[in-house]
Amino acid sequence: MIANIEKSATQIAKEVRSGDVSAAEIIEDTLAHVDSIDGTVGAYLTVLADVARAQAVRVDERVRNGERLPLAGVPLAVKDNMCLEGTRTTCGSKILERWIAPYTATAVARMLDAGAVAIGKANCDEFAMGSSCENSALGVTRNPYDLARVPGGSSGGSAAAVAAYEAAIGLGSDTGGSIREPGAFCNLIGFKPTYGRVSRYGLIAFASSLDQIGPLTRTVQDAALAYDAMAGFDVMDATSIDRPVEPTAGALRDDLRGLKIGIVREFDTKALGDDLDAIYSRAYRDLERLGAELIEVSLPTADYGVATYYLIAPAECSSNLARFDGVRYGLRVEADDVQTMYERTRAAGFGPEVKRRILIGTYALSSGYYDAYYVRAQKARTLIARDFERAFAQCDLIACPATSCAAFEFGAKSDPYSMYLMDYYTIPMALAGLPALSVPCGWCTPAGGSAPMPVGLQLCGPLFAEKLLLGAAHAYERATDHARSRKPMLESARA
Amino acid sequence: MPSDSIDIRYVATLARLALTDEEIAIFGRQLGDLLGHVNALAELDTASVAATAQVVESRNVVRDDAPRPCLDRERVLAAAPQRQGAFFRVPRIIAE
Repeated sequence: MIANIEKSATQIAKEVRSGDVSAAEIIEDTLAHVDSIDGTVGAYLTVLADVARAQAVRVDERVRNGERLPLAGVPLAVKDNMCLEGTRTTCGSKILERWIAPYTATAVARMLDAGAVAIGKANCDEFAMGSSCENSALGVTRNPYDLARVPGGSSGGSAAAVAAYEAAIGLGSDTGGSIREPGAFCNLIGFKPTYGRVSRYGLIAFASSLDQIGPLTRTVQDAALAYDAMAGFDVMDATSIDRPVEPTAGALRDDLRGLKIGIVREFDTKALGDDLDAIYSRAYRDLERLGAELIEVSLPTADYGVATYYLIAPAECSSNLARFDGVRYGLRVEADDVQTMYERTRAAGFGPEVKRRILIGTYALSSGYYDAYYVRAQKARTLIARDFERAFAQCDLIACPATSCAAFEFGAKSDPYSMYLMDYYTIPMALAGLPALSVPCGWCTPAGGSAPMPVGLQLCGPLFAEKLLLGAAHAYERATDHARSRKPMLESARA
Repeated sequence: MPSDSIDIRYVATLARLALTDEEIAIFGRQLGDLLGHVNALAELDTASVAATAQVVESRNVVRDDAPRPCLDRERVLAAAPQRQGAFFRVPRIIAE
């Protein structure tokens, strides 16, 4: 019999609804597991044991009262840039280290309404800026498949929690790849819905024209379940999209017949080395075997994605993070005048990557440089979005790598630009606002590595094509089942 | 694209960020490197391209100008580093 902690969200919700197991039992087992291994994995910054126990009791009551909760009793890891009323919400930053959220993010509230139980707040790169979780000022998170390696980022804590069975669903946010990359690194589905599909009320803003909340899960079915619970218009987020959401969890496919899948000419996987080239070539063949017709598409401007992103995202970050000034919340470093107080507070509260991005963004928006940098990047963004429009005139979905390598060792990307390149394959979709996900597609042992590490295939669809995207990912997952061929290093973590 | 080196001190002042001399040296070099990379955007012909601020349909959002419940003032003020009554307290703004 499968242990409670290893059950999928779909299975847990079904069993809790039918009374086979109580939410209280699921949560008790999860908390005990977190207690035994999170000292090693470091997925959580805050574990909400008492809150979770109380929530589980309420879920059991609601089930007894006949409520049909789609996520009944599902243990949830919430990235620590999303507010949960009454709990510490840090963004992995010293500037918010002791801040208690006075309200709950809509996406979190919808998950809890659907019966999920928040186990804790998960570590992340500071203000979601990074691709390894190493930019967190508050803790180290390790990859459950090799503790010497990073879990990816910025939603690395949520990813590690789900991979290590410390939650069944993790909530992440993706600005340039921050759900898909840790998903790929931790053998998970990392799903970024269309921009505006999930409310960002209560998500602490990094780059507002890009940020989107989505789930990290061990199965596509679970990702669909989480998406169905979260998606939809919210009056509290003026950028959330007011159009009907098609439920996805009941509409997953088992084959790809009739679908045209675009393979991107400019993303030559030979450049990624023999191992990854073989993995991706096999993945594309598997898509074909499942009935898809593969066609070549071109994204000529995608190569400019990283350059475009590293002007637009820092520009928006410099503006959004202006609110952290020591006046209304968070850290304050005292000084005799207000200007010095601002400068010292921000110097003490922000880490190096956040400072770098604030400086880049401030520069790109400053008088004399605005047109040359910021506006030019916004125009490049138009070209990238047009590339995708042209491609989707020829195909239904696009398949490509999620990352250019498997999870790397701590400290391996100390040069900032080398870290920025980690999002090479995920940034173009973010700039175009498109729904995209990573799904496990194989294993490779990196040079000098001691264990096989997961590799992710990225699938991307046109705006609002979540149902098709999740459906296709489900067919691929079901036919290949790469995710379940290996288990995380939890036994050694316990030892 | 502009190629002159960045005046990090000036940018840091605009960003209300105190930097050490060491940070100025490191960030100056790193930002110079990054600008070298982003200057590749000059290769794109964008003369007749409109700028994209946001990709998905957007519209002005208005609501009725009517009172409605909001966060409790005491809860919000409780998070302030310093308060005085119903106000956030800050250091001197105007010199004597």
